[in-house]
Amino acid sequence: MVISNTDKELKIIEKWCKGCGICVEFCPKDVLEVLDETIFIRDLENCIKCGFCELRCPDYAIYLEGDSNE
Amino acid sequence: MNTGSQLIKNNFRVEKLPHIWCPGCGHGILMRAVTEAIENLNLDKKKVCIVSGIGCSSRAPGYMDFNTLHTTHGRALAFATGIKLAKPELKVIVITGDGDCTAIGGNHLIHAARRNIDITTIVFNNNIYGMTGGQYSPTTPKNEFGTTAPFGNIDKAFDVCKLADGAGATYVARGTAYHVKQLIKLVEKGINNKGFSLIDAISICPTYYGRKNKKGLAVDMMNYLKDNAVDVKAVKKFQKEILEDKFVIGEFKNTTEPEYTDEYNKILEKVKHLHK
Ligand SMILES: Cc1ncc(C[n+]2csc(CCOP(=O)(O)OP(=O)(O)O)c2C)c(N)n1
Ligand code: SF4
Ligand code: SF4
Ligand code: SF4
Repeated sequence: MVISNTDKELKIIEKWCKGCGICVEFCPKDVLEVLDETIFIRDLENCIKCGFCELRCPDYAIYLEGDSNE
Repeated sequence: MNTGSQLIKNNFRVEKLPHIWCPGCGHGILMRAVTEAIENLNLDKKKVCIVSGIGCSSRAPGYMDFNTLHTTHGRALAFATGIKLAKPELKVIVITGDGDCTAIGGNHLIHAARRNIDITTIVFNNNIYGMTGGQYSPTTPKNEFGTTAPFGNIDKAFDVCKLADGAGATYVARGTAYHVKQLIKLVEKGINNKGFSLIDAISICPTYYGRKNKKGLAVDMMNYLKDNAVDVKAVKKFQKEILEDKFVIGEFKNTTEPEYTDEYNKILEKVKHLHK
């Protein structure tokens, strides 16, 4: 099954996030923010579901659900 | 409870997550990349064995849901050699640190490479001994600092790829925790090579290497990887002086030579009649 980007959903697991800020720094659309040392989705509207946050999160605390691995 | 993406659910012992590594430690990024490469290759999980030594990096197999073996410091390749000889049908993957692989384990590395035994070694290279608190390693650049080099390191660093190449590895590449998509492809190709493969995966250790050398936060260290890696295909375009402060990533060697377990089995065939 081919899943288009728009069908994917951006998910976070706050309990796993260590607040390193890597996903925030390399998000091309400035969607994310670290608040109180935990990841926060500030601007979901702008998310292009590129998956860079998922690729570089050292703690697997942010990902796209329904991506090509599923 | 949410236990992560499908990739994480499929390949990790999720009850052990989050892992023990520090915030922003590059090892987590590399570990995920290795599992994505394994998944992309559709390998039978029962036929994959992941072996490590001791170090922060070497804790990876504890989280990965495959056959796994956490051994002693420096000896991952010795154990892996035994596994591969006993069960050549297994895909044997070694995860090791720069200290584990090139200091105490350097001898095992050169001989595993020389034998061209079908093992894929991924070095989680953070340029320091992370687990024991920041001693310099054979990949700490000259003049940089560690707890054991408070006035600067006078040793010249190993280029792990050149070392593996010179010793006889048949697949040699370098990737980074920033260039993840490329790294996944390099690991896939390493696993597919029938022979000794080494991937030097540049990690970041914000806690020790970063602090000791004033490299900033994890984000700054990731930006360093982004800004200073030059792809091997683009090297010719750069002037020598510019390259001096950069490091080269990509595939350096991909050749075919007789593989060790095959050669060993040929010997067994040859002497079989003696045991009639
Ligand atoms: C025989 C032996 N010598 C020394 C040690 C102490 N020791 C544990 S991990 C380590 C170095 C780890 O560095 P590296 O392999 O680069 O991994 P990192 O922690 O940086 O990921 C050392 C010296 C040990 N456990 N066993
Ligand atoms: S999927 Fe891409 S655009 Fe969306 S939050 Fe992640 S990095 Fe940003
Ligand atoms: S990269 Fe992962 S651990 Fe770091 S801030 Fe983002 S979600 Fe949290
Ligand atoms: S000490 Fe360094 S290598 Fe070890 S977990 Fe922390 S950041 Fe990672």
